[in-house]
Amino acid sequence: MCTGSPAHGFSPPTASRRSFLFTLGLALNAVAAFLVGIPVIGYLLGPVRRRTEQAWISLGPLERFPEGQTRLATYENPFRVAWDGATATIPCWVRRIAGDKFQIFAINCAHLGCPVRWFAQSRLFMCPCHGGVYYEDGSLASGPPPRGLFEYAYQVRDGKLWVQGGQIPTLSEPV
Amino acid sequence: MRNLARLRAIAGWLESRTGLGAIVAVPMAHRVPRNTASWAYVFGSATLILFVLQIATGICLALVYVPSPDQAYESLEYLNYQAALGWYLRAVHFWGSNAMVLAMTLHMIQVFLWGAHKYPRELTWVAGVLLFLCTLGMAFTGQVLRWDQDAYWGLGIGASIASRVPYAGPALVQTLLGGPIIAGRTLSRFFTLHVFVVPGLLIGLVGLHLWLVLRLGINEWPMPGRLVDRETYRRRYEAEIEKDGVPFFPDAARKDMVGMGVVVLAVLLCAAIFGPNGPHGVPNPTIIDTAPKPDFYFLALYALFALIPPWIEEVVLLVGPVVAIGLLFAVPFLAGTGEKSWRRRPMAVLGLLLIVLIVVTLAALGVIVPWSPVMDAWTGLPTPARFVTGRTALELQGALVLQNKQCRNCHALGGAGGQRGPALDDVATRQTQDQLIRQVLQGGGNMPAYGKNLTPAEVTAVVAFMQTLRPSNQSAARTAAEPATPGR
Repeated sequence: MCTGSPAHGFSPPTASRRSFLFTLGLALNAVAAFLVGIPVIGYLLGPVRRRTEQAWISLGPLERFPEGQTRLATYENPFRVAWDGATATIPCWVRRIAGDKFQIFAINCAHLGCPVRWFAQSRLFMCPCHGGVYYEDGSLASGPPPRGLFEYAYQVRDGKLWVQGGQIPTLSEPV
Repeated sequence: MRNLARLRAIAGWLESRTGLGAIVAVPMAHRVPRNTASWAYVFGSATLILFVLQIATGICLALVYVPSPDQAYESLEYLNYQAALGWYLRAVHFWGSNAMVLAMTLHMIQVFLWGAHKYPRELTWVAGVLLFLCTLGMAFTGQVLRWDQDAYWGLGIGASIASRVPYAGPALVQTLLGGPIIAGRTLSRFFTLHVFVVPGLLIGLVGLHLWLVLRLGINEWPMPGRLVDRETYRRRYEAEIEKDGVPFFPDAARKDMVGMGVVVLAVLLCAAIFGPNGPHGVPNPTIIDTAPKPDFYFLALYALFALIPPWIEEVVLLVGPVVAIGLLFAVPFLAGTGEKSWRRRPMAVLGLLLIVLIVVTLAALGVIVPWSPVMDAWTGLPTPARFVTGRTALELQGALVLQNKQCRNCHALGGAGGQRGPALDDVATRQTQDQLIRQVLQGGGNMPAYGKNLTPAEVTAVVAFMQTLRPSNQSAARTAAEPATPGR
């Protein structure tokens, strides 16, 4: 029907016109797939591209951390989204050695990220998952972890303790 | 009678327009070997009906569940306690998932033992392995959606494993979590995977799997000595169903139908009796008094992480899964012909037994977790009276040190306490005073050194106490230099 009629002076579509349409169809869809693919892949890889900035976060006045003791501190992750809820609050262990000398350890065991617990009496951190144990300075005491506890950078400013955090510490990106 | 005729007319009208009845009739009526109408062949259909059950209950749960960390937990509580029958649908979904993993595993074991993966059904097996992996993926992502402490720290474990991949580690962690920490974007991702991506894959793969079963025929009951040969197998199979085949429906489907009914009823019963699982602790990362543990399907892996020596851990974590999954895929290509019957495949049977034993043993250890310190042993478990009666003041002081310094988190006394280190009930029969002092001060053999954490007086006291820890009929440990003195 749509091939036209010679009576009206139309010639039937030639092989080259058919193959042109076929090629055009292929090409248009390939371009469309490509143009859809770019934003989709870019969107999916978004979290990878966005390099997390580390930020300085206050853990509160120095008086909160008595000398010679190790205490749990928490901070709000600055790279949070509105619906994070409680999961935006990150705990860490603060050890005040003396004066302005601190050590701030990530809560995550260096083995597989479980939360380590501090035992002030035996001065050890113990992990509940696979039995990793660390000394009070964060060095490995026993168990499967391949290294000591992850340690955050810190500074003392305006009578407050500041920690540099922002992302979950792992072996490939320790803090 | 007139109503029946009218119904028939409606059915006829629908059939003349859609032709779907004729399409369904072909697979229903296709002929299968008579000997496949067996109870051993019911696990595949059982898995399928459980998948359907999971879809139905999953859609219901998604009506209420909020995939956002600030409200996910509350929406689960709402389902448990307020939504009408919400608790029951959660329970059916949970027990259905357990049953589905179980039925699928049994199906896999059965087809392997019956040689169903051999020529020409290699791709049926491959699609099955993909289904197995997707189902485990559903299990893990589903566990994450039960947004509690186990879910939160389970993701921490996942991120820690991903971070160990060379080069791509940090990128993988960020992709997995959807951001720098386990939080809002993470849960949305796992929701998408659990509700859209993996179920979509599963539905497609189930279609492929069933199509292949139809196209290649269901595996006949293997006879010892009847070898699979690429030249003759298909002809022989055709001849067999020609001679002694039965229509799939109803002859072979009868037992399948019974099996499907039984598993669904079992799931419904378990759900009614045991109820839903969790959510357990509130997923607040600052609540660190928690011992995260995966659901049973991943307990074996969890145990493996604790038990493999650290020096080989990286390899096992990263290369192990690749090799294991690769081997699963390779099974029909490594052993695609020859004997089908398990009676003539001793290595296959032994290999399977070995794998089952390893997985079950590891999972059992994952339940006991002997490698984990018992975090509250030092405050929760009293020193048994028989270890303190008749002791000197110094020894009693030592008993206090042993309790206060968390020794019992790793060492049992009187059968209670951690199992990370040896029980101390008879430690004096194994170690002399000097050895005990050295062990306490320097640690070793998986024990931390307490040299810096105990005062000399505390060491003296705790060693004095431990020297009393032996049964009265056994002598204390001594070095080779000391003569054995009777009665000591």
